[in-house]
Amino acid sequence: MVHLDNYETIIGLEVHAQLLTRSKMFCGCQADYQDAPPNTRVCPLCMGMPGTLPVANRAAIECVMTTALALHCELPLHTRFDRKNYFYPDLMKGYQISQYEAPIGRNGWLDIEVAGAVKRIGVTRVHLEEDVAKAFHMDGYSLIDMNRSGMPLMETVSEPDLRSPEEARDYLIRLRNLLRYLGVSTGNMEEGSFRCDANISLRPINASGFGAKIEVKNMNSFRSVYRALKYEQERQAEILSNGGTLRQETRGWQDDVGVTILQRTKEFAEDYRYFPEPDVPPLVLTPLWVEEVKARMPELPEVRRSRFVSELQMSPQDATILVSSRAMSDFFEECVARSSISQARTVANWLLGDVSHLINADGVEICDCPLTPDGIAEFIDLIDRGTLGGPAAKTVVEHMYRTGKSPSAIIEEMDLGQISGSDAILDAVRQVIQENPKAVTDYRAGKAQSITFLTGQVMRLTRGRANPALTRDMLERELRF
Amino acid sequence: MAGDQLHQLRLHEARRLLESHELSARDLTEACLARLDSVEPYVKAMISVCAEEALQQASAADRMRAAGKAKPLTGIPFIAKDLLCTRGVRTTCGSRMLENFVPPHNATVIDRLLEQGSVLIGKTNMDEFAMGSSTEHSAFYPSCNPWNLDCVPGGSSGGSAAGLAAGEALFALGTDTGGSIRQPASFCGVVGMKPTYGRVSRYGAVAFASSLDQIGPLTRDIQDCAVVMNVIAGQCEKDSTSAPIEVPDYTAFLGRGVQGLRIGVPQEYFVEGLQPDVRRTIEDAIHELENMGATIRRDISLPSTKYALAAYYIIAPSEASANLARFDGVRYGFSRQLATTEESVLATRGEGFGAEVKRRIMLGTHALSSGYYDAYYVKALKVRHIIREEFRQAFEQCDLLAMPTSPTVAFPIGSKIHDLMQMYLSDILTIPANIAGIPALSLPCGFAHGLPVGLQLMASSFREDLLLQVGHAFQQASEWHLKQPLL
Ligand SMILES: [Zn+2]
Repeated sequence: MVHLDNYETIIGLEVHAQLLTRSKMFCGCQADYQDAPPNTRVCPLCMGMPGTLPVANRAAIECVMTTALALHCELPLHTRFDRKNYFYPDLMKGYQISQYEAPIGRNGWLDIEVAGAVKRIGVTRVHLEEDVAKAFHMDGYSLIDMNRSGMPLMETVSEPDLRSPEEARDYLIRLRNLLRYLGVSTGNMEEGSFRCDANISLRPINASGFGAKIEVKNMNSFRSVYRALKYEQERQAEILSNGGTLRQETRGWQDDVGVTILQRTKEFAEDYRYFPEPDVPPLVLTPLWVEEVKARMPELPEVRRSRFVSELQMSPQDATILVSSRAMSDFFEECVARSSISQARTVANWLLGDVSHLINADGVEICDCPLTPDGIAEFIDLIDRGTLGGPAAKTVVEHMYRTGKSPSAIIEEMDLGQISGSDAILDAVRQVIQENPKAVTDYRAGKAQSITFLTGQVMRLTRGRANPALTRDMLERELRF
Repeated sequence: MAGDQLHQLRLHEARRLLESHELSARDLTEACLARLDSVEPYVKAMISVCAEEALQQASAADRMRAAGKAKPLTGIPFIAKDLLCTRGVRTTCGSRMLENFVPPHNATVIDRLLEQGSVLIGKTNMDEFAMGSSTEHSAFYPSCNPWNLDCVPGGSSGGSAAGLAAGEALFALGTDTGGSIRQPASFCGVVGMKPTYGRVSRYGAVAFASSLDQIGPLTRDIQDCAVVMNVIAGQCEKDSTSAPIEVPDYTAFLGRGVQGLRIGVPQEYFVEGLQPDVRRTIEDAIHELENMGATIRRDISLPSTKYALAAYYIIAPSEASANLARFDGVRYGFSRQLATTEESVLATRGEGFGAEVKRRIMLGTHALSSGYYDAYYVKALKVRHIIREEFRQAFEQCDLLAMPTSPTVAFPIGSKIHDLMQMYLSDILTIPANIAGIPALSLPCGFAHGLPVGLQLMASSFREDLLLQVGHAFQQASEWHLKQPLL
């Protein structure tokens, strides 16, 4: 697309994440509504009955404080809720309790990586609000499920610092990973607990100021965010390069067709008539409270990553992958604590290799499988001592993953211990030499790689238990005669 | 006491008779229901009467007493304004919109009273969603003043005041957003208290203006008021604006007299439009307090009082415009169903709300609109801040303030309904206490033009005890509170 080169893309993201609290934002209803039958997680308050009053959920406030701190935001001493007024059948009270003038966090940042370099993306604000119900429009009538009504929802708004759909996607993934890491949200986009709206505009290269801002909604996966932004980028460039102009408007992404369509122009933009929520007293985020929340926070991924590199001599790449999952890096640290620091790299290799392969194939987190840090520590020890090696080690780790048994038990059951005794290997070596005269002739004629083939044959004969180095030594010695 | 006079008992008198087993809750409830049957056609204080449930509650109260578990309000019949949610009993807010709405939940005050074994006789008439000063804005019918059936009982808690004055129950609950307890109490010759904002849980009171609304009692005398306050006051986990401040035993302050107390009489409350006879009656009452040993301070000034009404008519409608947005006909209440959601909501609200409610929703919506917010809402909050500050300073110089509750006595039905400014001015002396969040009390202090006049007392936040102490002293020296209308 030639015309794209003439423009700079400006993207800002608004992300809504449902918070992992036990109860809803302003009532005592259970928050586990995802698999509940419709309208079974409701009470007079979240149904918008008259006479009810909201009582703010402290856990939800602390989730937002945690996130704001992790995003390096300023937390004001005084914060409060506001009413955002609009009519929609999925909005029970005719207004949403949100935060307008005094969000819990503002002026923070999140680092992303662009072409190998760190780029800092500003976070304008992080605030707390309540989710709305779900309306299902049927043929000639609508149904409302109020289970979601009043769920705690955190909105994170970025500065317009993102310059491409790729950057936007990276920001989104990193933010999602961070929220999971902090344990404040499942970050699941498909089931709607993590939602993203984007503002995108184009301006000629080297221009200052911004072009008309287009808000894109209705993107239900990371892929659709990327595709929608790609589409908008080209659509806008096309219009601009043909001398057209763009107006501020809201567009909806149609995933099946791969286009955005106009939803609302600026003239019809809502006036939300925000004003301070009189039913919920203003919040005072005392320094003591902020310190308490900080003390309960897990070590942030970026801090952990540099610690892995400096203290455990890990490669920056491995460290990055490890800390992208809190469960994996917690598990890793538990393993290293039971082994020695010098074994950290071996532990990491196994966790990022075979173990990751297994859990990814099953779509589970490491904390949800039978593997234990004790098991892995013992496993690494057996390798170091030469009791276990090669293909047998792979078999053992897979059995540990499936059964939760200790590696020594598995080795004994399956007779997988490495054979280092020279007699047993010598028998196998002699048998292989006898059965493979062609390879032997080749070797003796100077074709050195034949030794690799013969070693493989010994391994096959011993079902992978022969010590590979010892096998090679013996083969060479036997073949000299 | 003859059975046909039981309804005239003051709460504390009935309590004594109940405790000494000279009277049963069942008999007392039957007496109130009988009285209600005979006077209700004239007074029209009620929207719903729950005779059957009341008799059941009365019998349960008698069993409670027999089991030795009686509490101060066990077996005492009461009526509640129809915007206090009552589980299983329709709660209309005086509106077509909620004509058939039966809440699944009780207001906290209702829960507390029912736990005591109090008997709910019924739900009282009111101006629609508490917007009005005469009950003439009720979607159903206006109530009448038991002292003169051609006059209004005041509002918005007019049904509560009229029903109590007419003997339909021994006490009543109302809500006060700009004077809605005190003004009708004044018009009907009963005691009415608006507690400090946060003193009584608002849970279950259908919100009009959340930062101003407060539930309070209407009673025949001060002693009764103290007893009811003891039960309904106190923090509630369902209302985060309810204050975590301990509730004293309000009856302990009765009988302490006024000796040594400084009572301020701010001239700003003796406004143009104050009826001369009302003024004379109030001055007499203040004189009486002075005779009893109080120090009267006439140098107290609250210069911003004149802006309170304007601030009120920004803040209250603004909050109301949001509070009333939930009535869209989708889940409960009145509903018109047309082709589209938007048409349905418009028709539901257009037909379900009365003219005064729509007027205030529009007023509030406009005040909050972008471009007007700063000029109206933000400015009104600044006025509110200044008024609060002036009260704070005033209460450094005196312990209480005394003034009229209303500039006039009860006015004839229909006389102000077409002159809304006159109607709004009816609350000019009560609104400042709501704006400042402080407690205020109206108590009978005489008559003008043959109708009751109320003396208003105000104190600083959470000093309801002072209001009751001074009110009680005044009643010790007068008999106005013993007068009952001839019906
Ligand atoms: Zn709920």
